[in-house]
Amino acid sequence: MLAEALLPLLLTLKVAAWATLAAMLVGVALALWMARCRFRGREILDAVLTLPMVMPPTVLGYYLIVVIGRNGWMGHWLWESFGVNLMFTWQGAVFAAAIVALPLVFKGTRAAFEAVDSQTENAARTLGVSEVGVFFRVTLPLAWRGILAGGMLAFARAMGEFGATLMVAGNLPGRTQTLSLAVYDAVQAGQDDLANFLVVLTSVVCVVILVASGRLLKPKY
Amino acid sequence: MKLPTLAIWILSGATALVVPPACGADIVVSAASSLTNAFSEIGKAFEKTKPEHKVLFSFGASGSLLQQISRGAPVDVFASADQETMDRAQKQNLIVVETRRNFASNKLVVVVPAGAKANLVELNELASTSIQRIAIGNPESVPVGRYAKAALEAINAWERLLPKMIFTQNVRQGLDYVARGEVDAGFVYLSDVSAGNPKVKTALQVPTAKPILYPMAVVKGNGQENLARTFVQFVYSETGQKILANHGFLSP
Repeated sequence: MLAEALLPLLLTLKVAAWATLAAMLVGVALALWMARCRFRGREILDAVLTLPMVMPPTVLGYYLIVVIGRNGWMGHWLWESFGVNLMFTWQGAVFAAAIVALPLVFKGTRAAFEAVDSQTENAARTLGVSEVGVFFRVTLPLAWRGILAGGMLAFARAMGEFGATLMVAGNLPGRTQTLSLAVYDAVQAGQDDLANFLVVLTSVVCVVILVASGRLLKPKY
Repeated sequence: MKLPTLAIWILSGATALVVPPACGADIVVSAASSLTNAFSEIGKAFEKTKPEHKVLFSFGASGSLLQQISRGAPVDVFASADQETMDRAQKQNLIVVETRRNFASNKLVVVVPAGAKANLVELNELASTSIQRIAIGNPESVPVGRYAKAALEAINAWERLLPKMIFTQNVRQGLDYVARGEVDAGFVYLSDVSAGNPKVKTALQVPTAKPILYPMAVVKGNGQENLARTFVQFVYSETGQKILANHGFLSP
């Protein structure tokens, strides 16, 4: 039973880690852009980027099939140019989880950037610090906890991702079957022993992550 | 609004959701995914003969439906796509045994996307390199997957083809993957393609060791047994059988 649970656990951690990384890179860049620049349709873009958080996962899954499926516009291009097909692969699961997790990073990070006092940044500028220096030595350290919190939430959300992943990556044991899918499968097939083991395992992993993130986010005075 | 008043509002709202409104009795029919179109039509025909009653359907993989019933889902009639699932229901004492009867049969087929170049002539060719992905119902809970697995095991091809298999939650999901061209082939029932889906074509019919027989039975202890029995009778009746035949099912 341990072997049956270990594979989905490792896959879940792998998918969630990559998805969080991708969501962090894109989310932080977008958040910085939106917090700094004023342009038409900014709030509409904000709403669109938040959509994956509020939309039913099945709707998102369908969108993703239409986009990255073999006949989807992006999927077709990927296949024709690189011979890559994301459907039914763990990379596809990463893609789905990253989209779902993106709003959590983006929202938290945007709020964190907007909360940074511009006077502090201006003070650095008067002391002759370059723009890049201001960002890395003033803005980022001040916004860091908000960004990290967003990242933790994103990781948790990516770990629990179910609906969109089921539609895009399928439910292939050993290949794309994450913990949440394995639990679903075990319950559907009436394997209650396996389901019990998997849910306990999932709960323990989640508690560990929450405790770890709580420590990491604790303010240091 | 004071807190207690708010609490009363919330409680009464919740009660309204929990207590079913009193009106003509409804029955819930849990049926295999492959029966989706045929049973929806049978339900409408049944409601015409008994306008005071409503038939609600829950379609899904037979195995999943059995799990729901065994955990106490308020289901009145169960129709599965294989004998094995119904045998399990019977063993768990969930159905009224004397109401169990086969009402339809089906054939297993392999479908490919309509635009596919490769032409399959026999089951062995699924191993060829032009076939990268094969949709199959998850054999743990989906009958079509079990039939297909048994057919592939009979020609010693299951282990070899396993890396290509895309497990689906029910037969219709597999059909959808084929129609979208996401997979190169898929195992479905003959009845699933009888409506002439323009996006898929039937490549070959797969002989199964066991005949594909659909059993149906009244589920125990939901207080609607008489109405449930009437519905079951209606499916066996000439009208019901004709609708099933129109949707590509064969007589049992």
